[in-house]
Amino acid sequence: MHVNRRSGILACILAATLAAACEKASQVPTVHIGLIAELSGDLPAVGASSRTAAEMAVSQVNDAGGLTIGGRSYRVELAIEDNASKADQSASAAQKLASDSDIVAIVGPNASLGAIPAAEIAESSGMVMITPWSTNPKTTLDTRTGAPKKYVFRACFTDPFEGRVLARFALDTLHAHTAAILYDQSSEAPKSQSELFKTIFAEAGGTIVASETYTSGDKDFSAQLTKINQSAPDVVFLPAYYNDVPLVVQQAKRLGIKAPFLGSDAWSSPDLIKLSDNAVEGFYFCNHYAPDVATPEAARFVRAYTETYKRAPDDVAALTYDAFGLLFEALRGAGQVDRRATRDALAKIPTYTGVTGTMRFPEGSGDPIKSAVMLQIRGGKFVWVTNANP
Amino acid sequence: MLYVLQQTLNALQLGSIYALIALGYTLVYSILRMINFAHGDIFMVGGFVCFAAATYLQLPFAVTLLLAMGCTAILGAGLERLAYRPLRDAPRVSAVITALGCGIFLEHFVLWLSPYPQHVPALLQNQTWSLGGLSVSSIQTAIVAIAVALMLVLDFIVQRTMLGLAMRGISMDMKAVALMGVPVDLVISSTFAFGAALGGAAGVLYSLAYPVVDPYMGVLMGWKAFIAAVLGGIGHIRGAVLGGFLLGAVEILVTAFLPSTYRDLTVFTLLLMLLIVRPHGILGRPTLQKV
Repeated sequence: MHVNRRSGILACILAATLAAACEKASQVPTVHIGLIAELSGDLPAVGASSRTAAEMAVSQVNDAGGLTIGGRSYRVELAIEDNASKADQSASAAQKLASDSDIVAIVGPNASLGAIPAAEIAESSGMVMITPWSTNPKTTLDTRTGAPKKYVFRACFTDPFEGRVLARFALDTLHAHTAAILYDQSSEAPKSQSELFKTIFAEAGGTIVASETYTSGDKDFSAQLTKINQSAPDVVFLPAYYNDVPLVVQQAKRLGIKAPFLGSDAWSSPDLIKLSDNAVEGFYFCNHYAPDVATPEAARFVRAYTETYKRAPDDVAALTYDAFGLLFEALRGAGQVDRRATRDALAKIPTYTGVTGTMRFPEGSGDPIKSAVMLQIRGGKFVWVTNANP
Repeated sequence: MLYVLQQTLNALQLGSIYALIALGYTLVYSILRMINFAHGDIFMVGGFVCFAAATYLQLPFAVTLLLAMGCTAILGAGLERLAYRPLRDAPRVSAVITALGCGIFLEHFVLWLSPYPQHVPALLQNQTWSLGGLSVSSIQTAIVAIAVALMLVLDFIVQRTMLGLAMRGISMDMKAVALMGVPVDLVISSTFAFGAALGGAAGVLYSLAYPVVDPYMGVLMGWKAFIAAVLGGIGHIRGAVLGGFLLGAVEILVTAFLPSTYRDLTVFTLLLMLLIVRPHGILGRPTLQKV
C-alpha cells in the first residue's frame, strides 16, 4: 500500500515536470529576471511598491510584443523573492537566483541593508544586479579593493551626494545655524547619511548641537528627544525609514519640539503621512523625483501606475521602473540572453532618461550622476520645493 | 533639574509598560516554572485589537481597553489549553520551545492579515500641561495611572481572594493543592488569562504612547520585559513591577546623561552586574531544589 502510494506521487511529480517542460518548449522564448523585494519585515510598503512597479514594467514590455534581443522577440518573466528586509535573507535570495541559470539579471533589493550582501553575491557569481533604491556607497564598491564592482549598478544617487544636498538645504534654504541629528545606528544608510551631513554642515559653518542614536526596533525616543529639545536646534536631521519617522515626530510634538525636521529619501512612502497623523506637516526631505512636477516620461508613468494600482507611485516604484528600463535597454544592446553580455551592454550605456530624470554613468562606475529634489509635506501631500543638481 | 524631572516622567511612562508585560511572565513562571515566550506577541495582539477597535468600531477608550484585555485573556487561556497543558508533564524545555513557536505563529498570523504597520488613531484627547517649564502630557499621566491601577487590582486578587490563595498554593506545591480539592486546571487557566490581559492592556497603553503598531513590535518589548521580570526576581509579582520601572529608568537616564550610542551596552552591563550580586533578582530568594 505504502509503495503504491509513493510511486503514485512520483508518477504525478514526473507528469507535472514533463507537462511543465513541454509547456516551456512550446512557448515563445522567455527571458527571466529576478526581483528581490522587501515584501515582509520592517519595510513592507517599499517591497510592495517595488513589486508593483516591476510587474508594470514587465507587462508593458510583454503587451508591446516582448523584448527584441538579437532579432528575436522574448517574453519577460519575473522571479520574485522576498528578503523580509533582512541582510541574511537577501543573501540567500540572491544565492538562489544566481544558481538558477535561467535568470539573466536581478533587480533589487531596495534598502542598503539588504542590497550590500546581495551585491556581494551578484558580483561573485557574475550576474548583473541593479538596485533601485540603495544609496549606500558600499553597494557598488568592492569591499577589498575599494574599486567599483563590475556587475552591480544602481538607479539612484548615493549618500555622499544626498548628505551634501541636505546640509546645503538646511544652511541655504532653512537658514539654520544649528542642527541636531537622530539616527538608527544599526542601519547602513541612515548612519552614512548622518556622518556626511555632520561633516558638510560643520564645514559650511553650521554647528551640530546634538547627535543622538537609537537601535532598530526601538519605539521610545523620549530620552533622545528631550535631550535634543534641551539643545534647542534650528533643525533636526532625521535620516530614518518611513516606519520610524511617525513615532519620532509624534513623540517630538508631545515633548514640545518646535524645530522643523529634515529627512532623507527613506521618508518617501505614502505610508509616512498615513502613520504620522499630521505630525510631519511642514517638514522637508530629499527625494529622487517629484511626482507633482513630472517630466513627460514621469507623467506617463505616474498616470499608468495610478490607473493600475489606484495610488500614486512613490520613489521606490519610480526607481524600480527605471531599473527595469535600464535592464531592458542593456538586454536589447547585448543581442543575446547572457549574463556577461548583459553586463557589458549595461556598462556601455552612457546616459539613460527615465522617470526619475537623466542618469549619466561615468566610465566604469555603477553609480549614476543625477539630480535630487527637495520636497515638503504640505496638506498631506509631497510638494516640490527645489531641485539640487550634482 | 527640570531636565532630570522631564526624563523621569519619560522613564515612568516606559517603565509602566515594561512592568505590565513583565507581570505576565512572572505570573506564569510562578505557578508553572515555565517562561511563556509567546507573551511578547500576546502584547502585540493587544495592540492590534486596540487598533481595530479604535479604527473600525470607534469605541471609547475604556471599552477598547476592556475589549483588548478580554481578547488577550481568551488568547492566553486558549494557548495554555491547546499548547501548554498537553505538555505539562513533558520536559520543561518542550514547553519553552512550544511557547517560542506560539509566539512566531502569532506574529505570522498577524503578518498574514496585513504586513503593514498601522496607525492607531488618538484614543484620548492629548493635552500638554506646562508646570513651571516641565511639560506633562495627559497621555503620559493616563498611562502611568492605568498601569498602577491594574497592578493594584492584580495585587488584590493574588493577596486577598480565594483564587489568589489557590494560585499561591499551586506555586508552592501543585500536587498537594490538587489533593485539597482545588481545581488546578481552572486556576492555571485563569493565571494565564490574567497575565495575558495585563499584556493586552500594555498593548493598549503602548498604542497611546507610540501610536504605530506592527507585527514585530512584541519581540523586542517582550525580551526587555522578560529581562525586567528576571531582574526583579522572576516569580515575584512585586519584583516584576520593580524590575520594569528600574529597566525603564536605567534606559532613559543612561540616554539622558551618556551618549545614546552606548545605551544598550551600558544598560545591560549594569543589569548583568546587578545579577552577579543578586543572582535571583532583586526580590528573588534562592529556592531549594527538592530531589
